[in-house]
Amino acid sequence: MSGNGKDFEPRIVGFLCNWCTYAAADTAGVSRMAQPPNVDVIRVMCTGRVDPVFILKAFAEGADGVIVSGCHPPNDCHYQEGNFKTFRRMPLLEALLQQYGIEKERFHWGWISGAEAPQWAQLVREFTEQVRELGPLDWKRQVESKE
Amino acid sequence: MVTFTIDRQEVQGEEGQTILEVAQAAGVEIPTLCYHKLLSPYGACRLCVVEVVAGGRPGLQTSCTYPIEEGLEVLTRSPAVVEARRVVLGLMLSRTPNVEAIQDLAREYGITEPPFPTDTPEERCILCGQCVRTCDELVQAHVLNFSERGIERRVGPPFLEKTRLCIGCGACAIMCPTGAIETVLEQDAVYREKPLGPTSAIWVPSLQAVPRVPVIDTDACIRFRQNDRSEGEIADACGACQTLCEAGAVDFTQQDEIIELDVGAIIVATGFEMWDPAKLSQYSYGKSPNIVTGLEFERLSNAGGITGGDILLDNGKKPERVAVIHCVGSRDHNAHEYCSRICCMYSLKQAHLVKDKTGADVYEFYMDMRAFGKGYEEFYERIQEEGVMMVRGRGAEVEVLPDGKLRVKGEDANLGRVVQVDVDMVVLSTAIEAPHDVEQVGAMFGLGRSPDGWFAESHPKLRPVETNTDGVFLAGCAQGPKDVPDTVAHAGAAASMALALLDKGEVTISPATAVVNEELCSACKTCISLCPYTAISFLEDKNVANINEALCKGCGTCVAACPAGAITGRHFTTEQIMAQIEGLFRLPVETRVEEVEA
Repeated sequence: MSGNGKDFEPRIVGFLCNWCTYAAADTAGVSRMAQPPNVDVIRVMCTGRVDPVFILKAFAEGADGVIVSGCHPPNDCHYQEGNFKTFRRMPLLEALLQQYGIEKERFHWGWISGAEAPQWAQLVREFTEQVRELGPLDWKRQVESKE
Repeated sequence: MVTFTIDRQEVQGEEGQTILEVAQAAGVEIPTLCYHKLLSPYGACRLCVVEVVAGGRPGLQTSCTYPIEEGLEVLTRSPAVVEARRVVLGLMLSRTPNVEAIQDLAREYGITEPPFPTDTPEERCILCGQCVRTCDELVQAHVLNFSERGIERRVGPPFLEKTRLCIGCGACAIMCPTGAIETVLEQDAVYREKPLGPTSAIWVPSLQAVPRVPVIDTDACIRFRQNDRSEGEIADACGACQTLCEAGAVDFTQQDEIIELDVGAIIVATGFEMWDPAKLSQYSYGKSPNIVTGLEFERLSNAGGITGGDILLDNGKKPERVAVIHCVGSRDHNAHEYCSRICCMYSLKQAHLVKDKTGADVYEFYMDMRAFGKGYEEFYERIQEEGVMMVRGRGAEVEVLPDGKLRVKGEDANLGRVVQVDVDMVVLSTAIEAPHDVEQVGAMFGLGRSPDGWFAESHPKLRPVETNTDGVFLAGCAQGPKDVPDTVAHAGAAASMALALLDKGEVTISPATAVVNEELCSACKTCISLCPYTAISFLEDKNVANINEALCKGCGTCVAACPAGAITGRHFTTEQIMAQIEGLFRLPVETRVEEVEA
């Protein structure tokens, strides 16, 4: 699947909150906005539900990049403050990933509201290219070879 | 009860009333200039003289000061009365020959020319003292009084000099029967700021207001102003509205109050605000009083407005040419991208009003005509038949010419040329936008907003009334620009949605809630502080956390945070999400794409 050159197709997992970014991704699709097919979306009710373990799991399973995206702080969150929980957890995870040797460019977390479908499509385009530049991560094999 | 006769008709009045009061109540007309219901009678103008023929003190008496007595016989139109009034009016007309009210009264009594020399043609004051009593009794500013004696007698402030005691309320000018008092406001800038604002301190917010009751502007009301100025010493100034209100509905002690209610549903109907056209300088809004917004034009053409419904320029003349510019701030990348929906139709209506009331030439600068509703297209055709000039193209610029005329420039896309027209008045059909405090209101109810700033509905087509917060509904322009029929329909839908919810008496909640596995819970209490709904409590007896399923909305924040893995988020369990992640990588991308294509 993965060539080493620029022609490789990165695998990206997106954890999207049901109310904002998932809605935006849905709208982007329904509106037929051009975006590469590299992002696989996992819907959660709130980004506050995203256990950092999920992200590590995705990398461990073979993801080359991960996106976590929810509702804009301060007031967009459907659950009042779930996005703030994400806001606190993700920087910690970011530090941890780098210690594991995963470039911080492989992990994106942010906010896209339900009305921002074009922004979602743009994020998918840009992030896919960003990860493509970095090449395959292949974390699973790295971890297994060290054991 | 006192019984007596007026013009040989038996009438009744209360003890202490005057002949004039009883006569007015009985519908007998007695002319008067110095009497006013709100003021103490003064007997200055002598026009209300009547003849007492029996009982009391016979002879000519001023009816405004004569208390009624049992058995009085009063004549209001006897030859002696008419002659007395004629003499008084003759004297008045000679003193103030150019006052219309006096001329009219004099004419009624057969006097067309002043019978005596008129040395003072510009004099308007008849020394009736209404202004003095108004300032003294109502306003309680005690600024005005009579000065000098005899032919020198006149009304004015102390020493006839400008005084700081005057509060500038203008009540004297309003009460003056001959228009002798002109208020010159030194701080007129304050008033110019809102030239089309309310005309008095008590008004009905809008003619369609529900309930249709007037409100008092405490900043403008004489009673409140005097109370504030005197720090409570003059607490009973004016009160004219209270005295005159027969229903006794005026209560000056009412205060704003915060009422707390427990409710089962909320309808957010916070409406819109007008966009400020001064933000786009090319329309020159604010540079000429004859450049008005659509809403200001409504005030101008309103029969209850300051011009009584006449469409007039700042100089009081009728306009000969009027331009209406559509889409000011709407469909404009420099302001609002959306269409405000209401402007096309109200602009056409205003063009019709201008045509109808002034006969002026009307130029409508429009981009597209959005006559979308029932009967709207027909109205558009009618306006065209009435001779309104339709210029297809955005009005690009309004220039105020040195002579006060307004030059409107724009492109006529149908002619393919730039056109310009000089007009007397420009009406800007300004955009409507979400109110300035929409963000706070949204935060209060947990409402999202669409990029245009209006509150977001649950689904643009299928759930246009509901929001993502259970039990909160949207009505009218809170959700987006709407005209009246659309707003009524939307509000009706919101009301029935709310009623359906209340009528059911119970709510259905999502089964996707979190649940604590009591065997795994280590009683760390991490989850309790995380829950935004305070759905998690700690059971001291069992030493475990407990989730109230009725309060839990299923966001899963506690699930992600539980260090013991004791909380399960139903429908989004850790196992389910992990399985999804694993499933994604079971097959390589290329294969999956092929599978889909096959």
